[in-house]
Amino acid sequence: MRYGVNEQGYYGDFGGAYIPEMLYPNVEELRQQYLNILNDEGFKAEFNRLLKDYVGRPSPLYYAKRYSEKYGANIFLKREDLNHTGSHKINNAIGQILLAERLGKKRIIAETGAGQHGVATATVCALKGIECVVYMGEIDIQRQAPNVARMKMLGAKVVPATSGSKTLKDATNEAMRDWINNPVDTHYIIGSVVGPYPYPEMVARFQSIISEETKNQLLEQTGKELPDYVLACVGGGSNAMGMFYHFLDDEAVKLIAVEAAGKGVDSGHSAATTSLGKEGVLHGSRTILMQTEDGQVVEPYSISAGLDYPGIGPQHAHLYKAKRAQYVSITDDEALQAGLLLSQTEGIIPAIESAHAFAYLEKMQFKKDDNVVICLSGRGDKDLDTYIKYFKY
Amino acid sequence: MNRLNQLFAKKNKDLLSIYFTAGYPDLNCTVDIAETLERNGVDFLEIGFPYSDPVADGPTIQESSQKALDSGMTLKLLFEQLKDLRKRVSIPILLMGYVNPMVQYGVERFCQTAAEVGVDGVIVPDLPMYEYESMYKPVFEKYGLSNIFLVTPQTSAERIRKIDSLSNSFIYLLSSSSITGGSLNVSDSIEGYYQRVKAMELKNPIVIGFGINSNKTYSKACEYANGAIVGSAFVKYLGSREDYMAGIPEFIQNIKG
Repeated sequence: MRYGVNEQGYYGDFGGAYIPEMLYPNVEELRQQYLNILNDEGFKAEFNRLLKDYVGRPSPLYYAKRYSEKYGANIFLKREDLNHTGSHKINNAIGQILLAERLGKKRIIAETGAGQHGVATATVCALKGIECVVYMGEIDIQRQAPNVARMKMLGAKVVPATSGSKTLKDATNEAMRDWINNPVDTHYIIGSVVGPYPYPEMVARFQSIISEETKNQLLEQTGKELPDYVLACVGGGSNAMGMFYHFLDDEAVKLIAVEAAGKGVDSGHSAATTSLGKEGVLHGSRTILMQTEDGQVVEPYSISAGLDYPGIGPQHAHLYKAKRAQYVSITDDEALQAGLLLSQTEGIIPAIESAHAFAYLEKMQFKKDDNVVICLSGRGDKDLDTYIKYFKY
Repeated sequence: MNRLNQLFAKKNKDLLSIYFTAGYPDLNCTVDIAETLERNGVDFLEIGFPYSDPVADGPTIQESSQKALDSGMTLKLLFEQLKDLRKRVSIPILLMGYVNPMVQYGVERFCQTAAEVGVDGVIVPDLPMYEYESMYKPVFEKYGLSNIFLVTPQTSAERIRKIDSLSNSFIYLLSSSSITGGSLNVSDSIEGYYQRVKAMELKNPIVIGFGINSNKTYSKACEYANGAIVGSAFVKYLGSREDYMAGIPEFIQNIKG
């Protein structure tokens, strides 16, 4: 695979496993085991069964008629919002809990920003009866109260991250510290295509079900397996990686990754990593991240708690540098307007994360027979408060 | 032979190393603290260059790093402060920090500047063996800087051998698999780990760190290794009183006993 990972865990110049020695055995255990486990027939059978009967896959590929008329192209929505727990995050959580079980782990930790990954992890831990601790920035706990309640109801312990900026990057730091302190019995379910190798690769594989299904569904509906454009939002980039995965080697498919510009790329309140960041090391991998000249991580901003991460996954950094995918950005205002438009045009209230991808349609020019797939990565219930405040309902 | 090798050639037991964060508690205190520590019998020093996301550190060192950053500490400023270091301090000095600030400064420029101001080695917890060996080793060697590796109770014998072969000053043995700021644990299993490493008869000396906070823990660590490193306990002390310089002799005395 041209854009895939090499044996040392690098995608071109990016990736690797920049971790303290305290984490080496855990990460090495995963590196040695994950492919065997993922390729094991018993694992595959259980994973596929749970995806079908528990998650509700395949998620539909919905032809959005009114949207298509508006934008003058055939627009399809990959409905990850219809998954159990309301987003694509459950695909990875199911995969990793089955992996953790096979590794003999007794305790699960996770980090979460918007709470979708925390909810997905709490859900699969409840499903398997395994102890679950979710780290969440103190500020995110305040702005995502319904998801905090869901995690608690599912039996997870939600621990506030009170260091640094008290958001997702700090929750990630705290989860890593927990893992360092509990190296033997604990598995860390990372929620995005970030972290030390093999996480970016493993999470991408679990999420690649999105593009695998899309190919089949598109063929059924249009007679063509390859779309002209694929769009997805990017924080760390897990839904985008899943949406791009099976199209990476088909260069005719244009891949568009939409980052959060926040209040504007140059406003000082943004999470547009590829525009503002440069190469460096964050949370265990060499990637592109927002940082000061001195290499201190800059706190990103987005109205969407799921997109305000200061880096992107290393494979995204590679796709960006190799120009295989185009990285663009959308402001808070544009995303919220797009969320409203999707609600009123198609009857679907999207997560604000996903709304960023939809907003970019406004900036594109299509030919009328272009086939366009957008990943609708999550549903908007968790963001209702933000929508209510913005539109003054 | 750099200062570290000279030190270990001269003295191979009861070595005491102190870690402190550059620019904490005051932006310009770094060299003064180093000088005071040397005067009070500390054998070598680790000066931390602060980072915003120090995953291997506990709250004490993280807070000291954040305060130093808030006061304006940067790698560039630290190197400026260290310009006259060798006029005032003669014991070996290590810089300790995370890989990203080093990468942003430029690894070659970092190594060159460190060597110019008289730094002897570097401890970078998130720069693992593969990355060091495949990307940075020639640069470290060009400037005569030692890279110090960490070993934990979970590190395999095979990996310890490899670390020993890649090291040329000492190996940093962690008292437990944990972040900084815990307390030394000398349960049977940990004692077994020290003995296991000692029995390997490595070519490099061993210094134990993490959780060394008293004479008791320091003495215990010195039973199994050539010396011990005190970090969080000293950083906590520095933050505990206004006239922190005045109490340093007593702090060191209490550790050495």
